[in-house]
Amino acid sequence: MRRIARDPVSRRRFFAISGGTGAAGALLAACGDDDDMSSTASPSTPADDEMASQFGEGDLGIVNYALTLEYLEAAFYADVAKSGLFKGDDQALIEQIGQAEQEHVDALTATAKQLGGQPAKEPKAQFPLDDAASVLKLAATVENLGAAAYLGQAASIESPEVLAAALSIHSVEGRHAAVLNVLNGKPPTPDGAFAKPADMQTVLDSVQPFLA
Amino acid sequence: MQPNNQTAGAAPELAKIEVENLNRSSFLVRGMLAAGALYGTAAVSPMVRKAFGRASMGDIDILNYALTLEYLEAAFYEGAAKTPGLSKEVAGYVKTFGAEEQEHVDALTATITDLGGTPVKAPKADFGDAFTSAEKLIPLAITFEDVGVSAYNGAAPEIESKTLLATAGGIVQVEARHASTIRFAAGEDPSPEAFDPTMTQDEVLKAVQPYVES
Repeated sequence: MRRIARDPVSRRRFFAISGGTGAAGALLAACGDDDDMSSTASPSTPADDEMASQFGEGDLGIVNYALTLEYLEAAFYADVAKSGLFKGDDQALIEQIGQAEQEHVDALTATAKQLGGQPAKEPKAQFPLDDAASVLKLAATVENLGAAAYLGQAASIESPEVLAAALSIHSVEGRHAAVLNVLNGKPPTPDGAFAKPADMQTVLDSVQPFLA
Repeated sequence: MQPNNQTAGAAPELAKIEVENLNRSSFLVRGMLAAGALYGTAAVSPMVRKAFGRASMGDIDILNYALTLEYLEAAFYEGAAKTPGLSKEVAGYVKTFGAEEQEHVDALTATITDLGGTPVKAPKADFGDAFTSAEKLIPLAITFEDVGVSAYNGAAPEIESKTLLATAGGIVQVEARHASTIRFAAGEDPSPEAFDPTMTQDEVLKAVQPYVES
């Protein structure tokens, strides 16, 4: 049987290390198209500015962007756990992943406050819960996207404390993604040896269909 | 499961030419892409020069630390492939993950050299009787992958160059994927904590010391 562990210690550690420096001067700039080497995107496009204003600037903006994604993940797993589509080990896994996403929500909310900001509000969301197979597929999509989203922001985070916290979430999203890939009969490392990042616009476009 | 991207495992020399459809210095190319995302692709070349010019001894030390761990992981999976009685699933992971660790070794070696540093030599590894059965192999695989995650997560905030940080992030996510996949295959909790713990370099070296010949 799988060990379902809860670790209040690691959450406390997150709170302890996430009270770092402020967000002065940083820009949410990691929104370029990293597949197009010939593009001449400027450091700050209007789309960047729009996103920056949606979440706020600097580390606080990144934390609120991550918080929005974690809210969506937590809501998704809460709905799935209640759907009755899964039982046994699968249900336990879903509940455990959902619990982790909720802990990420709590931690990021606290971090946004510690940075002196207003935490992003929970978005209203709706997810298709037709059958177990399609839900598992959606779960894998969500987790792979979440992992790529964190990776896409890592180099933009100014505070080492916020970075450390984001990294400790990022690898957990990667763990979730790999297991869900396996449950879907997909490779656990679909990008090969180097995971690919996703920029903010790509991520927000991908979750748009689930926002009510 | 469909093992993916076994180029490096099948023909190590090919890893230098084609890694994930990019060229030899995949690590560098990906770094350039990350720089492009951050600063606009027009600024890539000067940016990369600047980032690498700025890379301190600290960064090279961290890369060599990572390289040491990747060498151990690659050697571990190379030996693991000979373990009798592995399930088809686990044997597939051993092959794929071993090839990916070797790509990490190649990329880190190339990056250290490009930065003007000297890559550390492969440590002499001794995994004891780990390769005599699946029961002995799997716990050690889990240890190495979990330690790898904690090592990268612990060292990454110390990295000066944002370019290198982004690429280290791309590696640590893969280590996390390996860890959870092997845990899951063994019936263990794939992600035991909501926040992966970090380890200091001293803690990591202590953890791997039993498998390094002195």
